[in-house]
Amino acid sequence: MATLHTRASARAMLSPAVLLLLAWMLIPLGMTIYFSLLRYNLLMPGLESFVGIENYQYFLTDPAFFDAIWNTLRLVGGILLITIVGGTLLALLLDQPIWGQGIVRLLVIAPFFVMPTVSALVWKNMLMHPVNGLFAWIADIFGMQPIDWFAEAPMLSVILIVSWGWLPFATLITLTALQSLDSEQREAAEMDGAGPLSIFFYIILPHISRALTVVVLIETIFLLSVFAEILVTTNGGPGTATTNLTFLVYAQALLQFDVGLASAGGVVAIVLANIVAIFLLRLIGKNLEA
Amino acid sequence: MGAIQLEQVLKTFDATTVIQGVDLEIEDGAFVVFVGPSGCGKSTLLRLIAGLEDVSGGRIVIDGQDATNVPPAKRELAMVFQSYALYPHMSVYRNIAFPLKMGGVDQETQRQKVEAAAKTLNLTDYLDRRPGQLSGGQRQRVAIGRAIVREPKAFLFDEPLSNLDAALRSAMRLELSELHQKLETTMIYVTHDQVEAMTMADKIVVLNGGRIEQVGSPLDLYRRPDNLFVAGFIGSPKMNIVDGAHAEKLGAPTIGVRPEHIALSTEAGDWSGVVGVAEHLGSDTFLHIETDGIGKLTVRAPGDVLVSHGDRVWLTPMADHIHRFDAGGRAVR
Repeated sequence: MATLHTRASARAMLSPAVLLLLAWMLIPLGMTIYFSLLRYNLLMPGLESFVGIENYQYFLTDPAFFDAIWNTLRLVGGILLITIVGGTLLALLLDQPIWGQGIVRLLVIAPFFVMPTVSALVWKNMLMHPVNGLFAWIADIFGMQPIDWFAEAPMLSVILIVSWGWLPFATLITLTALQSLDSEQREAAEMDGAGPLSIFFYIILPHISRALTVVVLIETIFLLSVFAEILVTTNGGPGTATTNLTFLVYAQALLQFDVGLASAGGVVAIVLANIVAIFLLRLIGKNLEA
Repeated sequence: MGAIQLEQVLKTFDATTVIQGVDLEIEDGAFVVFVGPSGCGKSTLLRLIAGLEDVSGGRIVIDGQDATNVPPAKRELAMVFQSYALYPHMSVYRNIAFPLKMGGVDQETQRQKVEAAAKTLNLTDYLDRRPGQLSGGQRQRVAIGRAIVREPKAFLFDEPLSNLDAALRSAMRLELSELHQKLETTMIYVTHDQVEAMTMADKIVVLNGGRIEQVGSPLDLYRRPDNLFVAGFIGSPKMNIVDGAHAEKLGAPTIGVRPEHIALSTEAGDWSGVVGVAEHLGSDTFLHIETDGIGKLTVRAPGDVLVSHGDRVWLTPMADHIHRFDAGGRAVR
């Protein structure tokens, strides 16, 4: 019975959790905003002073900031493109009845469980290394000059590494969506004269679009903060070629010891992430409505 | 233009044989119903004709041409599925137009055909809706509409009414029969419901265990069942089957008498028994009678017969309407 009493007691019982979550979120946010208004450098302890929005001015006019935004967008966009297209194709393949289906699916999902630092190291030293890497060895076989991935195409390299980790996620979600497609719908389309391509575009794609929306949203949230792969492989370089917002904030705080400037960057990153989120929800959120 | 012949059609899934060499002739314009208990292979047979399953042996001939290895889209058949299989993200209009679009028909012709079909099926007001916003009966009609616009050689129905409630089911039954009279196209209809089979079919095919038990018009099957299975399956309530000494006295190891072919009396008769349950339907009364030495018999009595639980009654099978079967269950005539 949803009486006033039960509602009131429900609220009372919920409140500790809500308060804890609020504190969890508000205290760090408040401290970040507070620090962002200070001149606060770890190399000069005890000299903190209030400087207003000076940190923001510095951060927003730093040429590295615009590079970082552009890099963040490229990184997120590139990975989304690869994982959505690749994930859908892989899911279509895995949906076919094949021998050893269970094992194959398990293997496909495996990369998702490899932690980012490890996968980045494996890619850096065993696959993409210009001397010892597998790709260099393959290039050698065909008599080609091995590519020095992190020098020649640093952003592409990072995109590839992160995509490898997220591809299984997209595949898995898409596969479950595919399996929920009523087989009679597919058969009806077949009898209606639709070929494999038409069935994909008119029947399968609309059916999995909601799952793809979820993949885009979740991946965007996580990909805006890609960090480990960059730190392990390129360290944001060469120059600022692979510095995204997260890495820029890290560099300000822990390489230049400027906590104030880094906090300002953090606040800017929060605002930008929310802008992206609103934009995304507007763009594809209607897919989530029943 | 929709004569279909099946010649020794065989279907096996791994080790199990689902369809065991079926021969069947379906004339152009006929309304043929495949009926049988679940698992008898009737849906599989329909899917074989549609081309959604590959035959393991035998031939399927459509309009005199071997269609055994022709893909489903090229067979020019239209199918209505049990789940309707409407495309949920498309409007009713786009659902019905889909086969035309796939067939490369131009927009204007598409519009004319869809509107004509919608008019036939009373769907004109719903063309902009999504399937999710329609009732079961309307969805059913959209599925039929999608089949009609293709002007197929034959319609295949896979238990299309089983998801509808009883009232809607009998209404749709009537609509389908009227549609068949209007279009004069061959229709093959699969159901497990013998009432649907009896009311709609020109020709009933009774299937059991992947084999055809009997083919014939509804009244044929009702009056002259070839074997015990058909005798028990066709007709509602079911035919009474009697064996043992009482059957031998009437000249066969097993005899069958329909509930409506037993005369009821409160004074005298061949068999006597006690009324268990009396179902008063108004027009008829179904009596379930525990008969001495025979067991439960069902009797259909006129609605004004007033006997009830515990009454002793006497039963006499009508001599002209006794079905006699040999030890193997085949009819003796």
